[in-house]
Amino acid sequence: MCPINKKNNRMKPLKIVVLAKQVPDTRNVGPDAMKPDGTVNRAILPTIFNPDDLHALEFALQIKDKIEGTQVIVLTMGPKRAADIVREGYYRGADYGLMVSDRRFGGADTLATSYTLAMTIKKIGDVDMVLAGVQAIDGDTAQTGPQTAEKINFPQVTYVEEIIGLGNNEITVKRRLDKGIEIVKAPIPVLMTVNGTFDKCRSRNAKKLLKYKYARTNTELAREEDYIKEMVEQRPYLHIPEWNVEDIEAELSKIGLAGSPTKVNKVESIVMKASEAKVLSDSQEDIDLMVGELISSHVIG
Amino acid sequence: MDGNVFVFCETDNGKVVDISLELLSSGKKLAGKLNCQLEAIVLGNNISDIEKQISKYGVDTIHIADDSRLDPYLTLTYSKIISSVLDKHQPQIVLFGASSIGRDLAPRVASTLQCGLTADCTRLEIGDHLEKKTKVLYKDLLLAIRPAFGGSIMATIVNWDMPPQMATVREGVMKKEVFDENYKSDIVNIDISDLIKDEDFVIEVLERHMEESKVNLKEAPIIVAGGYGVGSKENFDLLYELADMLGADVGGSRAAVDAGFLENERQIGQTGVTVRPKLYIACGISGAIQHTAGMDESAMIVSINKDENAPINKIADYVIVGDLNEVIPKIIKSFHKQAQ
Repeated sequence: MCPINKKNNRMKPLKIVVLAKQVPDTRNVGPDAMKPDGTVNRAILPTIFNPDDLHALEFALQIKDKIEGTQVIVLTMGPKRAADIVREGYYRGADYGLMVSDRRFGGADTLATSYTLAMTIKKIGDVDMVLAGVQAIDGDTAQTGPQTAEKINFPQVTYVEEIIGLGNNEITVKRRLDKGIEIVKAPIPVLMTVNGTFDKCRSRNAKKLLKYKYARTNTELAREEDYIKEMVEQRPYLHIPEWNVEDIEAELSKIGLAGSPTKVNKVESIVMKASEAKVLSDSQEDIDLMVGELISSHVIG
Repeated sequence: MDGNVFVFCETDNGKVVDISLELLSSGKKLAGKLNCQLEAIVLGNNISDIEKQISKYGVDTIHIADDSRLDPYLTLTYSKIISSVLDKHQPQIVLFGASSIGRDLAPRVASTLQCGLTADCTRLEIGDHLEKKTKVLYKDLLLAIRPAFGGSIMATIVNWDMPPQMATVREGVMKKEVFDENYKSDIVNIDISDLIKDEDFVIEVLERHMEESKVNLKEAPIIVAGGYGVGSKENFDLLYELADMLGADVGGSRAAVDAGFLENERQIGQTGVTVRPKLYIACGISGAIQHTAGMDESAMIVSINKDENAPINKIADYVIVGDLNEVIPKIIKSFHKQAQ
């Protein structure tokens, strides 16, 4: 738990947006996830809440614990199944969830994604703090956070691993750098990217799980049975808003593939499993052979 | 495309850091292929001797801003100045190190310039790209090559329509090579007086110091692990050296932890953490089931052991039979020799 002075409880409640992404679980790409031709079998990889983003959610919830009235909004951009991320956010303590979903957002690189997120944050309005994981495990770029900060004209603090203090409309945090740490004080509003070394996200709360189990977007509702439709109608908090290009007033030239400067030229799969152990001597020649193979198969280097 | 190759040079206490020197060498090669010039941008305080440090890497022009307000690094001041220099000179390629600073700065600059940025590249080449839809052939583009999808694919990324082509590059994958000891650079002083404003200093750095990172073996793509066979705490230094070079973390078996060679949090196995890195280098680990249960799903396993019949060799992809104190230095040497 973060050490925050009691007197700061009188700080103005904050409106915090947590950027969360649904990602394929690339951490466990073992031999099982490889097809015989050596390519990744994405179909068998489960989708998960991007790990760093869970730490960002915890960061937001810790502030909410200390400043009464603080609102935590989980924002996710993705296809319709990404509504799972919003529900997961609710189960763990978020106040609101929001989806940005539209086929026209597809194929976005980090520049187009950050534009889309920035337009959404502007539409939400009066946001005091934006939090995101440092990076998503499917791309590992760590670019979307800083690029979103630039577009909403917020200062940014990256690689945050601890909240040191909060008060007087300022937040002091510890950053994790390549070789050491940095303590910085930032004014609010600010965008921060939260490192995997930040406190682990709290577990799902059983009551909230029951409360939000049937939270649905309209797209999802269309395929649900009538009793769920009725339930969502009677309880507006179960309705997950789903915004499209027009809702966030995005320019078509800046979203999706058209708004993405980086394009894939070629993708090469890495064959992960050698069939049989190669037994080598400790001679430099043998070791050169192994290191050469590891480099050419991109395992190292 | 027109324009030169630009490299952002990061400094630490007035000294240009290794990754930036590696980028200058790499940038010089790219500039050679494109028949254009290499330019560097250096920001900091008391950095007037920068020329001595970097000209020899073949830098044609150095853009310098030397000002007390530029130490320490701040995202807003640096991104403003760099965006302005790049906007003025319209380079075709811009390179940053994939360091904590480079990865904080480059995306902000790319967003300001609305250009493409490819993160964490491990190789850079010049090549052509045929756009399948329009059948247009784009010549002499930067091919930015990087691992993606948890390291299971290598992607080659191009950007032909929103210049400059920007990339961050991992440390240690490019070779730094002096181009010409007597190379002369033109010096351009960047006028920052109109560029940076009070509001760019809203983030205040209160403290900065070295601190060991919390161990996070589960997320490590490469693990160098040692067993009781490593022999002593001091011998583990060799494993750390190998790990540093590979961007890996160090772990160990229970026997190594019990013997006091290693902290508890680095223990891998049934009673420690379970890991699935893309490469696991087991040094002097015999491979009891209690240990292998925590690592046998690693994508690639290298075992270094004196005993050819050690149980771990059964699940290894490469077995090197020998003394790790001789083998590891040879691996380090070999890597330096063969890395690009």
